[in-house]
Amino acid sequence: MSQDILVVAEHLNGAIADVTYEMLGKGKELASATGGALICAVLGSGVDPSSLGCADKILNVDHPGLADFNPEAHSTVLSSVVTTAAPRLTLVANTSMGMDLAASLSVKNDLPLVAYGLNVAIEDGKVIATSQLYGGKICAESELEGDSVIVSVLAGSFPAAAGRMDGSPAVETVEAPAAVTDTRLRFTGLIEPEAGDVDITQQDILVGVGRGIGSDEHLPMMEQLAKALGGTVAASRPIVDNKWLPKTRQVGKSGLKVTPKIYVALGISGAPEHIEGMKDAELIVAINTDETAPIFEFAHYGTTEDLFDVVPALIEKLT
Amino acid sequence: MNIVVPIKLVPDLVEELEINDEGTDLERDFLSYKINEFCDHAIEEALQLKEAHGGTVTVIGVERDETDKALFTALAKGADKAIKITELDEAAPTHVVAKAVCNVLAGMEYDIVMTGVQAADDRDGQLGVLLGSYLGIPHVSVVSDVSIDGDTIALHKEYAGGVMARYEVASKVVLGVQAARQTPRYAPVSRVRQIMKEMEIEEVEAADADVAIGSTLRRVYTPEKGEGAEMIEGSAEDIAGKIAAVINEKRGG
Repeated sequence: MSQDILVVAEHLNGAIADVTYEMLGKGKELASATGGALICAVLGSGVDPSSLGCADKILNVDHPGLADFNPEAHSTVLSSVVTTAAPRLTLVANTSMGMDLAASLSVKNDLPLVAYGLNVAIEDGKVIATSQLYGGKICAESELEGDSVIVSVLAGSFPAAAGRMDGSPAVETVEAPAAVTDTRLRFTGLIEPEAGDVDITQQDILVGVGRGIGSDEHLPMMEQLAKALGGTVAASRPIVDNKWLPKTRQVGKSGLKVTPKIYVALGISGAPEHIEGMKDAELIVAINTDETAPIFEFAHYGTTEDLFDVVPALIEKLT
Repeated sequence: MNIVVPIKLVPDLVEELEINDEGTDLERDFLSYKINEFCDHAIEEALQLKEAHGGTVTVIGVERDETDKALFTALAKGADKAIKITELDEAAPTHVVAKAVCNVLAGMEYDIVMTGVQAADDRDGQLGVLLGSYLGIPHVSVVSDVSIDGDTIALHKEYAGGVMARYEVASKVVLGVQAARQTPRYAPVSRVRQIMKEMEIEEVEAADADVAIGSTLRRVYTPEKGEGAEMIEGSAEDIAGKIAAVINEKRGG
């Protein structure tokens, strides 16, 4: 096994995802600790590697069958790339794509995996990973055993700027295994989000509603508050999963990242996936009856009073 | 098609989570478990497919305090069969749970396995992907809108920002469900009680599920609190007044 750090690049429609740069920046730091090289594996077709200059070397598996993410094809290829490169540590994003890669690499190559990584360090030659678990309420520090391990990293855990570097690192072309073209799972197209609804990323004032509103019968009250504020209603994932509001209103990891001037969080507990999408709002006010809700860690003002008492009073004061 | 839904029970996150004296795990004696919400969506999506296309839905759960309740609830909602895996440690990592489920699946006829996409305690990876990898069949995470047309299963995989990829696959496949097409149905308590009298849960001992996951928990802790919010106290009226004031100040500025 080598002392190299291998970062699996994530890309969609030819654009490298920010989390890739985040992992490269961290990977650089870890590679200097191990004395190994920083390697970036790119599984795709025609991906431009020029922004991956942070890496010492790029392993480029370029094949038309890898143009669009296919969990079956990509995990097969990644398994063989890791077998050959034998890195000390493989970093994969804990994203929609990365989830399908990390755990399958763990099984296929029989390597330890720690997921939901907030941090990863090398201490006395050991890989230590800190996971964010239980909806952000618990951190768990794991020691990974063995000389080649995997950590999947939550997006937003490290600064992307540290890994975003133009350059022309050495590119090693790797032949794609034949299995790439013969997958049982077939990619049949990308669907872009429907346009037409209000663009919540362009709003100065957002009223974010979460599970705590209880029922879609209460949405009109929240709309009324948004109107009184001159803003728009946005939502956390459970609201959208329940089809109470369209996907275009979803804030967070699988939704949109918003940076409004004012974000009023109503009945939102503040799962890490939601926080990722709104933590940069200039003013965050949270109303939630659970005093231990993580949202209060990120809000500027908070109250545990019942939102159904506070919101009507607030509407009155604002209109 | 026959659908199997392995569910996870996870600590109820509304309750306070306590850490053991050694600081190496949750204090599990006081934990109350409930079904992982994504698994609830997986059950709903499976039932929707069954209602539209026939076939069966089997729900599998690892034994915990609330497993019987969760399995009987699934039966009350319309699942055909429930299996409980016994003799697994409460803190069993997800690799081990996946291996145990995999062993149960070995004796079954199935086309689709639907899991919740993730769970609050997946420190060593997500159940669906692990399961698909152990079974050697394709897996897709963050799935919604599953449909069946003849022998073809079509589905969406969600990415950030509302972008989705579409895939097709023939049986067998493991799908990590993000959201069902509608809010998971509710089973009235009276119906669950009735089902408890009428139906039984099949029990299977976990066999050969020992997998060395290659990592040990060193320290478990609650995240360091940041500065946090300034908490506003008082009557709803007072609180609304204070919130209106900070909002108006921000709006004016």
